[in-house]
This record gives sequence, C-alpha cells and structure tokens, in this order.
Amino acid sequence: MQTLITTHNLTKRFGDFTAVDAISFEVGKGEIFGFLGANGAGKTTAMRMLTGLSHPTSGEASVAGFDVYRQPEMIKRHIGYMSQKFSLYEDLTILENLRFFGGVYGLSRRQIKEKSAALVEQLGLEEVAKKLTGSLPLGWKQKLAFSLALFHDPQIVFLDEPTGGVDPITRRQFWEMIYAAADRGVTVFVTTHYMDEAEYCDRISIMVDGKIAALDSPAGIKTKLGVQSMNDAFYQLARGAQRSE
Amino acid sequence: MRTILLIIQKELLQVFRNKAMLPLLTVIPVVQLILLSFAASNEVKDIALSVVDHDHSSYSRLLLQKMTASGYFKLQQYADHHDQAERSLQTDEVDMVLEIPNGFERDLLRQKTADLQLLVNAINGSKGGLAGAYAAQVIQNFNQEIIADVVPMIGTLPATPRLDIQYSNWYNPTLDYKTFMVPGILGTLVTIIVMILTAMNIVREKEIGTIEQLNVTPIKKYQFILGKLLPFLFIGLFDLAIGLVAGKLIFDIPMVGSLGLVFAFCVVNLIVVLGIGLLISTMADTQQQAMFVAWFFMMIFILMSGLFTPIESMPKWAQYFTYPNPIAHFVEVMRRVLLKGSTFADIQWQFAVMTVLAITFSSLAMLTYRKTT
Repeated sequence: MQTLITTHNLTKRFGDFTAVDAISFEVGKGEIFGFLGANGAGKTTAMRMLTGLSHPTSGEASVAGFDVYRQPEMIKRHIGYMSQKFSLYEDLTILENLRFFGGVYGLSRRQIKEKSAALVEQLGLEEVAKKLTGSLPLGWKQKLAFSLALFHDPQIVFLDEPTGGVDPITRRQFWEMIYAAADRGVTVFVTTHYMDEAEYCDRISIMVDGKIAALDSPAGIKTKLGVQSMNDAFYQLARGAQRSE
Repeated sequence: MRTILLIIQKELLQVFRNKAMLPLLTVIPVVQLILLSFAASNEVKDIALSVVDHDHSSYSRLLLQKMTASGYFKLQQYADHHDQAERSLQTDEVDMVLEIPNGFERDLLRQKTADLQLLVNAINGSKGGLAGAYAAQVIQNFNQEIIADVVPMIGTLPATPRLDIQYSNWYNPTLDYKTFMVPGILGTLVTIIVMILTAMNIVREKEIGTIEQLNVTPIKKYQFILGKLLPFLFIGLFDLAIGLVAGKLIFDIPMVGSLGLVFAFCVVNLIVVLGIGLLISTMADTQQQAMFVAWFFMMIFILMSGLFTPIESMPKWAQYFTYPNPIAHFVEVMRRVLLKGSTFADIQWQFAVMTVLAITFSSLAMLTYRKTT
C-alpha cells in the first residue's frame, strides 16, 4: 500500500508547553484515519502541522511525498482541508465560493462550471446555489465545506471535527460522503469526539497529553484493552490524562 | 495573474454586497467634502465689538462708523464704562473692546495725536491677531482721512516719504479659502477611506476564520497582498474622481494642472497608504487593535499634513516627521497641481519619496503576512 502521510517523532512546543509530543505514524492511500483525543490533547495542532499551517518544532513528517519543513506550499496543492470553524465566505454565494476556491487551486473556468453544477446537483442545493452561504443551515454548510475541500481532487483530505454540532441524520450522510471519497482513493484524515464515528474509521489513533496512546483498527484497540466499546477504550486511556480544559 | 484577479473579484463582491459600505464609499465622502470645505474657514468675520466712548464727539462717531462699515466687526455692545466692557470680554460676549478716551477729538485737533485702547481676546492666537490687524487697518484708514481735515489748519503737510505697496494674489486671486481647502480635504478623505478599509480587511478574515482556508491553498504571498491591495486602490481612485467632480461642480475649484498627473500621484500615494493599512492588518489580531493603530496614525498624519496649519511654520524637527506622511504630500501635490499648474518636474521630490515608501510598506506587508505560523 502506498503511504501518503509519514511522521516520525513529530513535536510542537509553545514555550514550555508541549502540545504534540513525538508522534509517529503512517497513513496509506485510500485509508480513513481517525484521530481521537480529549479537548486539548493535541489533535488540531498535529493536523495544522501536517497541512502546512504550523511549523513543527522537531521531528519529521511528509505529506503526499513532500516535506513539511521545506515544501509546505507543495503539500497545499495536494490536500484539502476543512477546519473546525466554518470558514467559507458567508457573504459570497455557494457558486461564488466554488469559483473562488476552485480558481485558486488552478481549475479552469470550464472545470469549475462543470464540477459546480455536478456538486450542486449531488448535494441538492439547486434552490440555494445563488444564495449567500451564510444563510444555509449548519448541516448544509458542513457538507458544502467538505465538498469544497474535495473540489480540486486532492490526494488527502484533512477534516477537523467535521460533524461538530450536526444532527445524527446529517452526520450519517456526512460519513457516507467520506466513504464515497475513500472509495475513489482519497485518503481521509479525520479528528472527532464521537466514538461511534471512530468505529467507521479503518484505523484510529487516540491521543492523550500530546502523545499517541493507542494506534490500531477499532477492533484491534478494543481487543488489546479488553473492553466492549470504543467509549470504554477511550475512558480507559484518557483517564490518565494530566491535562484537560 | 488569474489568482490575483480572483481575489480582486472576491473583495469587490464583498465590499459592494455590504449594504453599509456602498454609501460609505460614495455618498459620505462627497457630503464630508462639501461640509468640511464650507466649514473649514480661516476667515475671521463678525468680530463682536464693545465700544466705550468717553468722548462722544464727531470723530469718535466717525471711527465707530468706519469700524462697523468694514464688515469685519459687529457692534455688540455700547458700554458705559470700562468695567462693563471688560466683563463682557471676560464672559465671551465680545471679542474686542475699543475704548475712546475723553478728549479724543480735542487732542487730535490740538496736539495732532491721540490715544486709543484696544483689548483683544487672544485665546485663539490667530483669530486675535487677525482681529487686531483688521482694527489697525481701519484705524489707519481713519487716520488718512482726518489728516485732510487737520492739515489745512496747520498749513503744511510734514514731508514724510511714503511707500505704496501694490498687492497681486497669484494662484488664488480672490483669496477664496475654499479654493485652497477643497483639494487638500479631498486628498485627506481619500486617504482615510483607503487606510481604514485595508487596515480592517485581513484582520477581519482572521477573526471570522476564513484566512485559515486561504492559508491551506497554494496562494502565493505576493498574489494575496496584490489581490488585497488593488481593489482598494480602484476604490480610492474612484473616490478621488467623484470628489474632483463635486469640487468642480460645487466649488468651481480651478484645475490648472494635469488631472492625469493628479491621478498618477494618487496611485503611488495610495499604494503607500494601502501598504501601511495592510501592514497593520497583518500584525493585528483583532479588528479593534487594527482600528486603534490605524486611528493613531491617521491623527498624526492629518494634524501634521499641512492641511490646516502650514508645514513651513512647524518647528524644524516636526517638519522632518512630515516626510514619510502620505497625507502631507498628497495635500501639497493636490494644491500645487490643481491651483498652480505644477508639472511632473515640480513634484519629482514627492514622487520619489512616495515611491520609496510604497515599495517599503508593501514589502513589509508581504513579509509580515505568514501562511505558516
């Protein structure tokens, strides 16, 4: 299997505080890799280093074959990113957002037009395509943000708590979209708080105090810890956490 | 190139979609221009005058008549005694007291000389100075006139040499202060709008989080900064254009020099302002911070721009501070080109300074903008 993300002892310190403490893992092509941990465990910081938004303090990492220190801008060409906070332009319409971001990633006018039409149809947004993005309900916004992260056909997509505050039905639909992307060969790197979502992942890592406490398939983790559910697994690992919010 | 155009398109869409923004960029500057140009007058008129006339003679009445006829003074009070007039000066009822002593006319006729007392409220130094000067002028006039009365009685006129000065006011022949103020105020307004717009721009994207989504794209720094700079440059030039039209239609300001030169200078000047604005925006974390910093610079730029008080009358050290001040150069160039017809050769120095600053601040904005923290 082709490896798309590799990290070795990747570390980020803010002053005395070590947010991410020497994490090492690999993620393969088409894999859905779940990143779990309590608030403040270091998930977002780790993801920011991999997406080229934050410089690591030490350690090594490469994403899509590019080094995070030397080639962050090359990485950015090959990844999609959806942040915790909805960060498309709310004062632009759906089509205007697609045109802007698609254009920035270098899609041609024609590609943007065709892909936009397909996306709007697929998400059932025909009615609101020319309305301001800010007027959409949260669930639709999240689906739109995810679709936009995939708009330029990246090899890897990073999702930072994509389903926060979303109703169960929309979450379900969201995961169907994630599966569909993974089936097309896109690698999905996702952080989440929801243990049921952890079960949907091919492999998960659980971060505690900036370190990776467990890394395996959901079934593998449960067997190793001798627990019935992911919830129990998470409690058992996170109980020892020194820092919390 | 396409990326820059995309950012420009996005910025303009956002600006014009904002309902509060459109009037702010079109109507308000014109209203401000009209309002400020009418209000910012250096002329001193209707100086409230209190007179204490102890003489009650035909000469004292003639002097009073001359004072009120001059148009500068308004006879506010006819005081019975000195104390009353001084009280009025104290309570701001009057700006100036003229006291004519008992025996004014008699002394003039007999001794060829008489004293008058003028008390001027000089809290506002320049207003007080002007009031005094106007009064002196009127009294001088009065003097000339009565010499004719007095001289025949003494027979011969003392042969005093006289110098007559002939005035000719160039570039603003009617001494119309609006001609002088409108170009300066317009330059200041355009600068303020552009500076505030840009200072708030990037930091706003930081606050709402959209900058993150931009930072994970392959946008290059120079594309980002140019894409942010150009739309506001267009807006600034547009505002200059409507301001000039309003200035022509409403105030009939002269446009002696080349308008092309005015716009060319405006481009360089606005790039300096845009660079400062974007620099503030990349450094600030919140819109509030950006606003305060921008405001601080605006205050200094405006008060030290020479718009209201000539730069030449500032102390030398303060004059050096006006070199990097874009408003000072803008006001100067607007006045020179529009009123005096200065050409490129005359304003080379301003062009040179602004070009250096434009490059400096845009580069600084580009350097301080970080896609990776």
